[in-house]
This record gives sequence, structure tokens and C-alpha cells, in this order.
Amino acid sequence: MTASVPDIKAPRSQRRFGSSGRSNFELCSWLFMRMSGVVLIVLVLGHLLIMNVLDGGVQRINFAFVAGRWASPFWQVWDLLMLWLAQLHGANGLRIIINDYAERDATRMWLKTALYLSAVLVLFTGTLVIFTFDPNLT
Amino acid sequence: MVNGHENAPDLRGYDRFVVTAPAGTLYRGREGMWSWVAQRITGALTFFFLFAHVLDTALVRVSPDSYDSVIATYKNPFVNVLELGLVGAVLFHALNGLRIIAIDFWSRGPRYQQMMLWTIVVVWLVVMVPGAYFMLEHTFAAIFGQA
Repeated sequence: MTASVPDIKAPRSQRRFGSSGRSNFELCSWLFMRMSGVVLIVLVLGHLLIMNVLDGGVQRINFAFVAGRWASPFWQVWDLLMLWLAQLHGANGLRIIINDYAERDATRMWLKTALYLSAVLVLFTGTLVIFTFDPNLT
Repeated sequence: MVNGHENAPDLRGYDRFVVTAPAGTLYRGREGMWSWVAQRITGALTFFFLFAHVLDTALVRVSPDSYDSVIATYKNPFVNVLELGLVGAVLFHALNGLRIIAIDFWSRGPRYQQMMLWTIVVVWLVVMVPGAYFMLEHTFAAIFGQA
């Protein structure tokens, strides 16, 4: 006399997502938003203050102004770090927004594909420009 | 017979224990919810601006003239007012981000979350008023003429 017994998991056994098991990607994402956010407060608010408020603000910005700043490795590193952290922070934020509001699987997939492509484009272009800037360009 | 079911428990007299959700709970419709909404909106808007801004700055690699002409857009009085909006959005996102970190990592953060929101609103105003003056100085002069 054998009856089929339903497979009941032991209480408090770990919930598993998918076949690959748990990953802490979302935990890393949560932590990254907070850590990059703190650094970006200094980098971005400093950038906005210099570019928009101090010494005449945006009216004084032109090619020569950029050339003067990027002559210094300090501002090159500042801008490179700001570019990467801001783009990753923003792209991750938009990923979360897409996951929250796009309900159809296909919509989510296409929106995130466009998001990741735009992130790669911005990071590649921005990095290239900082590293190959030529102050003598005419 | 209670509730239309013969075997349903008699709940008469227990009404005062029934918790009904009021129009606004501790979170919903209050400071906590609206600061969350504002954090999403300011973040998404800044993200779209960043896309345009990295590409317009990339024109320094094309020619000084093309960079100078795209930067001239930023000096336009109307766009200048939009820049003030961008600075205001980024500053709110930054200050509220610090508040979120305090709520997550400080043991008393959740208790003081409402007070912290009103604190950052005051800080935002204190920074934005002189900030707006310096950012719009040139635009005011351009529109109304130098006094």
C-alpha cells in the first residue's frame, strides 16, 4: 500500500529563486546606490557649484575653459569618476523603475536592453573624450 | 445567525477591535511616500539630462566651434531657468539620499524620518535662494537690462 506523498519542504528551509539559487545582486545594488550616492554628493554638487554658480557661472564656459581644466589630472580623475558613478547610479535607478512599472516581460526586456545600450554608449563616449582630449584641436 | 452563516462565530461587540485602514496611514499619502515619489522623479529626470550632457560635452572632441555653439544653448535665458530646475532637483535628490541612508543605517533613523525631511527642505531653501540669485544674475540682466 503506497500512497503518493506530496513533497513538503521542511519549515524555514531557504526559498530558492530559479535553478541557480540565490544571488546577492540586489543587495549589492542597494549598497552601491548608497555608497556611490555619498561620493556623488561631493563630485556632482562640486561640479554644479563650479560650473553654474562661481565666478560668472555658465556664461564663462567655452572650449578654452574645458582645456584649462583638463590640463590638470585632478579634474580629469574627478570627471572620469563622476561619469562612471553617475551613469551606473542612474542606470541602476532606472532599472529599478522599469522593473517596478513595466509589467509585461517583453516590455521590461526591451526597455532594459535600450537602457543598457545607452549606458554603454555614454560610458564609452565619455571615457574616450576624457582620455583623448586635444587642447590644440582646431 | 450572524453574517449569514449558521456556523460563523458571533462577533457582535468586537467592532472596536476591527482595525480599518484610515485614509492616510503612517506612510501612505504622507511625507514618507511623497519624498519617495520625488526621489524617483528627480533621479529619472537627472538621468535623462546626463545622457544629453555627456553627448554635448563630447563635442570638445569634434571642434572648439561645435562645442562653443552647443554650450551657447546653456547660456540662453530660458535654458538657464531649466538649469536652475536641474540644480534644484539634484540638490533635493542628494539631501533626501542622505536622509534615506540615515533611515537605513542609523538605529533612530526611522523614528526621525519625518523631521529629517523637513530639515532637508529647509536646507534646500537656504542653499537654493542664494544659488538662484547667482545662477540667474546674468539672465535677469539680459532680460531687464543692467540697472
